Amino acid sequence: MVEITIRKRQREEEIQPQKKFFRKTRKGRVIKVLRERYLRDDIGCGVRLCPICASPPFTGQSPSLPVQGTPHPSFPAGHHLLPDTNALLHQIDLFEHPSFQSSLILLQTVMDEVRHRSLPLYNRVRNLVRNADEWVKGGAWVFWNEFREETAVGRKEGESANDMNDRAIRTAAAWYASHIGLAHAASSPAPTVLLLTDDTASRQLASALSIPALSVRAYVAGLPNANELGDVLAAPGRVEDKEATERRAIYDEYLPAGTLDAGVAGGKLYEGRFNPNQYNYLEGFINSAALVRPILVIGRRDLNRAVAGDLVVVELYPESEWKAPGDEVVDQDLTLAADDADDSDGEEGGEAEHRLAAQEERDARDVGKRNPLEKHPTGRVVGIRKRNWRAYICHLDPSTLSSSATTSQSQQVVFATPVSPNLPRIRLRTRQAPQLVHQKIVVSIDKWDVDSRYPEGHFVRALGQVGSKEAEQESLLLEWEVPYRAFGRAILDCLPKEGDAWVVPPKTEDSIVWRDREDLREMIICSIDPPGCQDIDDALHARRLPNGNIEAGVHIADVSHFVLPDNAMDTEAAARGTTVYLVDKRIDMLPSLLGTNLCSLRAHVERLAFSVIWELTPEAKIINVRFTKSVIASKAAFTYKEAQTRKDNLALTDPVSESIRLLNALAKKLRAARMAAGALNLASPEVRIQMESPESSDPVDVEQKEQLETNSLVEEFMLLANISVAAKIQETFPQTAVLRRHQPPPASNFELLEDVLLKRKGMKLDISSSGALANSLDTCVIADEPDFNILVRIMATRCMRPAEYFCAGSVSRETFGHYGLASPIYTHFTSPIRRFADVLVHRQLAAAINYTPLHASLHSRQHMERILNGVNRRHRMAQNASRASLEFFVAVALKGRAEREGAPAREKAFIIRAFRNGVAVFVSKLGLEGLVTFKREINFDPELYSVKVPSATGEVTLSVFDEVDVEISIEKDVNTQRGRVIE
Amino acid sequence: MSRFEPLNAGNLRSDGRRPLELRSFSAELTTHPSADGSASVSHGLTQVTACVYGPREAKNRAQTMHDRALVNIEVEVAPWAGEVRRQRTKGDRRTAEFAASVKATFEPVIQTTLYPRSEIDIHIHVLQLDGGLLQAGINATTLALVDAGIPMLDYVSSLSAGLYHTTAMLDLTNLEESDLPSVTVAVLPRSGKVTLVSMETRLHVDRFEEMFKLAMEGGKVLRGEMDKVVRERTKVLARQMEGGAAQDEDRMETDDL
Ligand SMILES: [Zn+2]
Repeated sequence: MVEITIRKRQREEEIQPQKKFFRKTRKGRVIKVLRERYLRDDIGCGVRLCPICASPPFTGQSPSLPVQGTPHPSFPAGHHLLPDTNALLHQIDLFEHPSFQSSLILLQTVMDEVRHRSLPLYNRVRNLVRNADEWVKGGAWVFWNEFREETAVGRKEGESANDMNDRAIRTAAAWYASHIGLAHAASSPAPTVLLLTDDTASRQLASALSIPALSVRAYVAGLPNANELGDVLAAPGRVEDKEATERRAIYDEYLPAGTLDAGVAGGKLYEGRFNPNQYNYLEGFINSAALVRPILVIGRRDLNRAVAGDLVVVELYPESEWKAPGDEVVDQDLTLAADDADDSDGEEGGEAEHRLAAQEERDARDVGKRNPLEKHPTGRVVGIRKRNWRAYICHLDPSTLSSSATTSQSQQVVFATPVSPNLPRIRLRTRQAPQLVHQKIVVSIDKWDVDSRYPEGHFVRALGQVGSKEAEQESLLLEWEVPYRAFGRAILDCLPKEGDAWVVPPKTEDSIVWRDREDLREMIICSIDPPGCQDIDDALHARRLPNGNIEAGVHIADVSHFVLPDNAMDTEAAARGTTVYLVDKRIDMLPSLLGTNLCSLRAHVERLAFSVIWELTPEAKIINVRFTKSVIASKAAFTYKEAQTRKDNLALTDPVSESIRLLNALAKKLRAARMAAGALNLASPEVRIQMESPESSDPVDVEQKEQLETNSLVEEFMLLANISVAAKIQETFPQTAVLRRHQPPPASNFELLEDVLLKRKGMKLDISSSGALANSLDTCVIADEPDFNILVRIMATRCMRPAEYFCAGSVSRETFGHYGLASPIYTHFTSPIRRFADVLVHRQLAAAINYTPLHASLHSRQHMERILNGVNRRHRMAQNASRASLEFFVAVALKGRAEREGAPAREKAFIIRAFRNGVAVFVSKLGLEGLVTFKREINFDPELYSVKVPSATGEVTLSVFDEVDVEISIEKDVNTQRGRVIE
Repeated sequence: MSRFEPLNAGNLRSDGRRPLELRSFSAELTTHPSADGSASVSHGLTQVTACVYGPREAKNRAQTMHDRALVNIEVEVAPWAGEVRRQRTKGDRRTAEFAASVKATFEPVIQTTLYPRSEIDIHIHVLQLDGGLLQAGINATTLALVDAGIPMLDYVSSLSAGLYHTTAMLDLTNLEESDLPSVTVAVLPRSGKVTLVSMETRLHVDRFEEMFKLAMEGGKVLRGEMDKVVRERTKVLARQMEGGAAQDEDRMETDDL
């Protein structure tokens, strides 16, 4: 039997709780917070075979620090490294570096502070500890200093939280030194415990206590591989930067946090995420919950060091100074070419930018006057609530290297240009500039001071040659934060031990697998998927019933049979959230044994399924629906095309073909009913990359995806299954059911599109309801231009909000609806192999039909909300990654085409936006968007959304929605493709 | 941004305990001499006092039962006790539920049939609250009833348990209670009978069983502590009665109570 004990509180803490403080809640209520703390003597030091901590009770970690620490030239007996919070926060890339080999002691105090400051960084540190053997050869150990008797500290009178934490770190360092000393008494000399801190005061206090301490730079400089590691160090902090104080401030200082709080609470300031304009890095929008229209911020000064994704606080200008977003394409590569990276105040540099800014300012007001529709509340950034800095994929701007520097190994300051065009260039110091010039590299931002035009960062690692498929692929995975590491041992251990030899066990009375499962092996079930589909997660059937009605069924891979709640595989799948499809690679959410084998509903193989079976009238009215776990054996795995052929060939009267016809007939009626209810038929560019051969990944050409009747057949039944399941789980678990919704777009989102359509084409959009919108979209057609309607639909889609997963209990019932599908309730059930939300829904549905009890974690709404927030985010990122991958391959394919044909590719394109110096175009055949800029002086009319361009034959007017021929050129390593208008 | 982590990677809870460790426990008898029996109990920072009045003649004729005593529970939560600083009134739903749970726990345990037509009033004061309200209330009431000399079938000892992923934890703080599914179990340790299970969230039956067993075991450990307190008190009383003369300690049987 387990041992249950009562902890005794420490004597000095007998009377006073350890912490007692008052906190004000968001609603302004005062809360008294009581916390106590139990101090212990069984917190291990983490050194292997430590004789003092000899038999620690189970702690969740096993000691991983080597007895002698790790070697270091300055510490002959070896050393352990104990970083303080800032060292860990700012130099995480150093600790993660494969060549960094020191053994690390991470204090609880430090970990807590890191977590408080940045959750992503905290997760990286946790990974570092988890993979200590793999990454940090010297091992890493979390020491729970705040729970150990000798190292716990209490707040002293008048001491700040920071000072207390620093004291806790020194106390722990001192304890370690004496503890390791004791452990080593008899044998070899004890290794040094070295405090790593960049804070000079901290080092002085440490030396007063005879704790050895070094700054990060001094420490790294003493390492044998100093040159290599030196590059990944963060830019030096202000404290060590003496010149800094003498420089002139370029930006305003941020307001103090208290002022920001009060301002936002009082409605004087606005808070929101910063979204830079994709065409112009010098302006951006902030979506504040308090205002309907996004707030516009123009110019470097007003942007005040905000970086994409930061949570910022904005102050509005008076309404008379409100402006319209810029109508100019601003490319920082061109405007800043002359800027010198080493010239850190940037006063002389950016001459072109100054000129631009001034003109921008004038024009913005001008446009605002002429077209009030484009006018936005305008403001300036006065504070940053939370930075959202991550690692950025960049390339080194070769032009910023001085000519002598292109071969030099000395440290120099260079600019790294992020591939994403709306990020500022990052200044970094490196000794490896010549080697990095044509590489894709990962760069972190460390700081952005008021006196520095650009943020400062450091080099993390190189990904490979620009333009190489490997480097491009890895960089886009990193850019969109797609977790792509191979599945670890712990995860693979969760798979059935039979591996790919696993089969559905024979049907017997006492078989656990067969318990409560319907035997549908004889049923005429087939699957229809895109060609080459390996993860078949759905299959269908339909048959006539004696009463004249039709039974139709959707059978989904029973993934939740294999993925059990709360094990390593489940946790990993939840963290990945979704499978990510790149053009030539798939990053799986689940190990491929499940995805492409055990859970793939292949033909002629018995598989476990979760079935939704309806009885429908021939008019496709649902008579009833039931849900059951089942065993199926699909009779055929078709491609859309094969199924279509099968259906169209009326000579075929076999049950499978009949079944497809029956399904198709029902699907048409279901679709008609959905459309009548106001569902939207929205479009997104769908193109397919044609590969030379299945084995090679060299793209040959691009073609548009073909839509067949059978695509729509499958889609209709998946929608129907999702809707039926949504209703069932919502009814059973009104608090925690996992649902998906699509909120109606605010009318203001459509204002611009409505205006352009009316002015340019005389077409009207009716956005009063999804049905009205659907109908009016149908009327936006131009004879002989089928692509035009698709374009309008794409543009309408961009005015919408994204669909999202949510917990049924978290929002009010009225906001459950799915706008695009015109369904009052919806969820995702049909793709559990590749979407984690579906796995959760499977578990809830299984519990709803009393197949299994619901796991504890699925009862907690908070827990579900956390998971769904993560899944929503992953979903967005995955879409972006897929699009980026497609764009890259389209570019490669076009380049190939141009080489074969000896001329740049030409395509028809629509103008979708006009700027003062160019137009944005959309090439529907390629699903590509690009920019066309003019060097010549052109005449821009913001009211009519058009530009007049002088040409050989006079003046050409280009307006939004005009069709033009474009010549497409691919720029190396730039994400946006740029082109040249021919006529 | 920092989210509460109920159990960290070192297998430690937010207050430094391991999953199966109970908080510091202390109890004192006869804290309110004006009552017929009283006791004060603290689990960590949660502190509750119970006063027993009676058995005495029933005031409320309408509810008087002629075959047994009526048990009344009254609860008062000090306005400064909890995390949320607000007045809890008697009508407060949670307070009412709490009172009903305590009543349901003790009605079958107190030998009420010995006192027909009378009533036993139990007043519970919550002085400070950091999770485990129900367990503290029940444990204090048990000791107060012992102090009042009211015969019971057995001691009732109570303990809360929660579940974080697959790990069961005992004696939850407020922070843990608000984040984890939890149960409070009241047991009669001698017979192993369970008189109360109060659950805040629905739980998987397998997990529930594990938590439930652990809470029962923990309840027995607490009972040992409560025993000690009662024995100490009895010794003091005995010494007082004997005029301070030394007593043969072995004479007290552990299970007399
Ligand atoms: Zn040790």
